[in-house]
Amino acid sequence: MAKIVAGIASSHVPAIGVAMDRGTTDTPYWQPLFKGYGPAREWLAKLAPDVAIVVYNDHANAFSLEIIPTFLIGVADKFPIADEGFGPRPVPAVVGHPALAWHLAESLILDEFDMTIANAMTVDHGLTVPLSVTCGKPAAWPFPVIPLCVNVVQYPPPTGARCYKLGQAIRRAVEKFDQDLRVVIYGTGGMSHQLQGERAGLINRQFDTAFLDGLTKDPVALSKISHTEYMREAGSEGIEMVMWHVMRGALDDNATEIYRHYHIPASNTAAGLMILENGSSA
Amino acid sequence: MTLPHDYESIPGTYVYDAARGRIGYPLNMFCMSLNKEENRRRFKQNEASYLDGFGLTAEQRRTILERDWLGMLRVGGNIYYTIKIAFCDGLTFQDVAGMMSGVAKDTYAQMMLAGGRSAEGNRYKDEKLPEQDRG
Repeated sequence: MAKIVAGIASSHVPAIGVAMDRGTTDTPYWQPLFKGYGPAREWLAKLAPDVAIVVYNDHANAFSLEIIPTFLIGVADKFPIADEGFGPRPVPAVVGHPALAWHLAESLILDEFDMTIANAMTVDHGLTVPLSVTCGKPAAWPFPVIPLCVNVVQYPPPTGARCYKLGQAIRRAVEKFDQDLRVVIYGTGGMSHQLQGERAGLINRQFDTAFLDGLTKDPVALSKISHTEYMREAGSEGIEMVMWHVMRGALDDNATEIYRHYHIPASNTAAGLMILENGSSA
Repeated sequence: MTLPHDYESIPGTYVYDAARGRIGYPLNMFCMSLNKEENRRRFKQNEASYLDGFGLTAEQRRTILERDWLGMLRVGGNIYYTIKIAFCDGLTFQDVAGMMSGVAKDTYAQMMLAGGRSAEGNRYKDEKLPEQDRG
């Protein structure tokens, strides 16, 4: 039986990827952020999961406004790196896990989560930056990845509560898979940031801290934050934090926080990282 | 008609919702085309003629050609799309964020280093009204 052993929440700020790709992570601007990633990389290397499910949003790269899937799962065996408007990031292509991905697609749909299925898609910084944050710069990513996209570009994204329930359904599905796999799940995006309008640059440390605390202590209450509250308190793009609830829903109710890192700023964004472990399976 | 939206009371924020989606589609799909190197090259060679094929309104064309970043949002631009024009110009998200908020690049960068724009005083269009009377 497959099992979800841990969850990782991480911002996916594109500038973090650019800093790694250009080798500027030791500059005074970036060093404090990247220093905090070290322990997470060590933890993940030691955990050595068999596969990762990465919950993220595409940013007008794999998908345009032509078709806007609310929840989508990638079932391909390989996902090329997208050209986001300035050439693809120089990182390895992402290798998929079609057997588990198809099992998830089938199980989730029959469990009343109406997933869109993608046989061919590129992946953008939303997926690759969290991999870079937690894996560094390997020649190949250390595990296969199942991309799970959530629309947060066209209002409205799915609610936090719906995302949490999707996480619970992902867990049920993983535990019905007939291979012994140790799975990690990433929830990405956030934390507080606003990239647009006269209010661009909004950051809310108090909101973010309460969010990080609530993720362990009371995730169900946290999942009920409304879209307007995210946008008002954490900036219009802070609404990406709904994706963290998918990760949290897939873990034990009493999952343990084992690491957190929070830094302002990464470009326009408050960057957060949190690792949660399922007690019985680490 | 879509439902009334309580987020309209947030100042300086252009939520890409149904109303903006209805007017913004051609503008954003032009931006999407810039994901291809060949199209970026053609756009840079002759911006005005490149824009001809996308069914843009005159005001959408103007905001693109003049790099009126706030103006683009007002005519249906979505920041994840319009940023692709900025990438073509060699600009970053932070450069454009500074321009949209009307401050110099260094001033904006300093604000971010100092912890960003505070939510205090920036939650409602009219912070002076009692909560129940705000938009």
